[in-house]
Amino acid sequence: MSANGDVPEIEIVGVTKRYGDARAVLESINVVIEKQEFVSIIGPSGCGKSTLLKLIAGLTSPSSGTICVDGMTPLNARETVSFVFQDATLLPWRTVKENICLGMELERVPKGRREKEIAMLLELVGLKPVSGAHPRELSGGMKMRVSIARALATHPRVMLLDEPFAALDEMTRDRLNEEILRLRAEQRWTAVFVTHSVPEAVFLSDRILVLAPNPGRVHAEFRVDLPMPRTSAVRRSKEFDALTSLVAHTLRETIPQ
Amino acid sequence: MKQRTITVLNALAVFAAFLFLWQIVLWIFHVPRFMLPSPYAVALAVVARFPSLMNALAITAEESAGGLIASIVAGVLVALVFAQSRWVRKMLYPYTLLLQTVPIIAIAPLILMWMGAGIPAVTLIAFIISLAPIIANTTQGLISVDENLVHLFLMHNASSRQILFKLRLPNAIPNLFAGMRIASGIAVIGAITGELFAGSGRVGEGGLGYSILYASSQLQTEYLFALVLAATVLGFGFLFLIMFLEWYFLHKWHESARVTETE
Repeated sequence: MSANGDVPEIEIVGVTKRYGDARAVLESINVVIEKQEFVSIIGPSGCGKSTLLKLIAGLTSPSSGTICVDGMTPLNARETVSFVFQDATLLPWRTVKENICLGMELERVPKGRREKEIAMLLELVGLKPVSGAHPRELSGGMKMRVSIARALATHPRVMLLDEPFAALDEMTRDRLNEEILRLRAEQRWTAVFVTHSVPEAVFLSDRILVLAPNPGRVHAEFRVDLPMPRTSAVRRSKEFDALTSLVAHTLRETIPQ
Repeated sequence: MKQRTITVLNALAVFAAFLFLWQIVLWIFHVPRFMLPSPYAVALAVVARFPSLMNALAITAEESAGGLIASIVAGVLVALVFAQSRWVRKMLYPYTLLLQTVPIIAIAPLILMWMGAGIPAVTLIAFIISLAPIIANTTQGLISVDENLVHLFLMHNASSRQILFKLRLPNAIPNLFAGMRIASGIAVIGAITGELFAGSGRVGEGGLGYSILYASSQLQTEYLFALVLAATVLGFGFLFLIMFLEWYFLHKWHESARVTETE
């Protein structure tokens, strides 16, 4: 698909980010993310995980170091990247359908193709019955579905997700986790997923980066070798439990006493 | 619907009680007619002088509607300029405060002197007095956009034009309506104040303010009451119209316009 088949999807080299004279939020970060990899970033508050995501998105720029997305600067790569925020960030005056359409509209996708795309996405995320509703009428889980559908509408090759399910109840969260994996299996995008939840990170990822604060840095890295496709049966397996407690233990080490 | 009927009946009952109390005060204290006419006398005055009352009402309505519409158009344009940068706001904001604090009663004679008494001058006064709330509210709506929404637009390579028309302006509509609600009432006050100063010699051409001045100098207290009633109806009519538009445009998505439904 890509013109640059041999370069990694995301390459972060020696990136430091500081605001003013304060202590660095992130210091000397080196991370390489391969194409179609699902990487979760986990860490205590203040470890700069959201900042890292914003750097990849080009919403803020590093104080030093370089970031390449598919061999390009983050700003030039935006066409291939979608961002999902912690809040659903829907436009309240637009219906579900119109919200899903927003990204395509801004990128000036022709109208005929928009309609086709929306019909397909509504089906894919199970929002067809509420396509004409306004966000106010939806539950938190539904809103997040709209947000994800909107992100997928522009056919991103990279999805950046900033704690998208943090505000949802556990059942909704588990269900959406399974849906995210299903969507990725169908569409083969690369994902960088910021979360607070260890089980969520283990369930979703190919790889987990544990960040430590003051200054933000990569503290540990785990490869997740659980079988695909991951179903709720995986959550009950011994391997899942073992890895979850190992990651949780490592995470505790990063919390300053 | 049933709830609404009860609300209306309640309001009417209060009004009836008020009229009754008014009549009782007249009976007990024997107030002279030129000080406080009876509700019935006021009603008679409304009927007897209906054409001139309507004429005055129409003139004031024209002036205040003209001033209000002008202030909505100009206010939104100024707000768009203000929304461009913090720097522009800091530089120009003191002048909107000035607009709000300048006593309209003090500058009305000046405007009338410069422009000559007449509908244009009074419309200008209504415009000046109703401009500030439109600017303040609309600016607030344009700049108080969720930062993540701006980020979302940027992620899709949105132009600043797209951010303005697809994000900032729709976001400011509820604020604009809030500003319009305030402005509608004070536009009427501005028009009547202007007419009070525009003063004499224009029988049949003056609006409510002029007629109030005339009726009071002639001790036509019944007619004075009728005029006050007409001015109130005018202000209320504007407010009602704006609240209806607000409901019409916003009830599907915005909380503020939903209050009447959930009560």
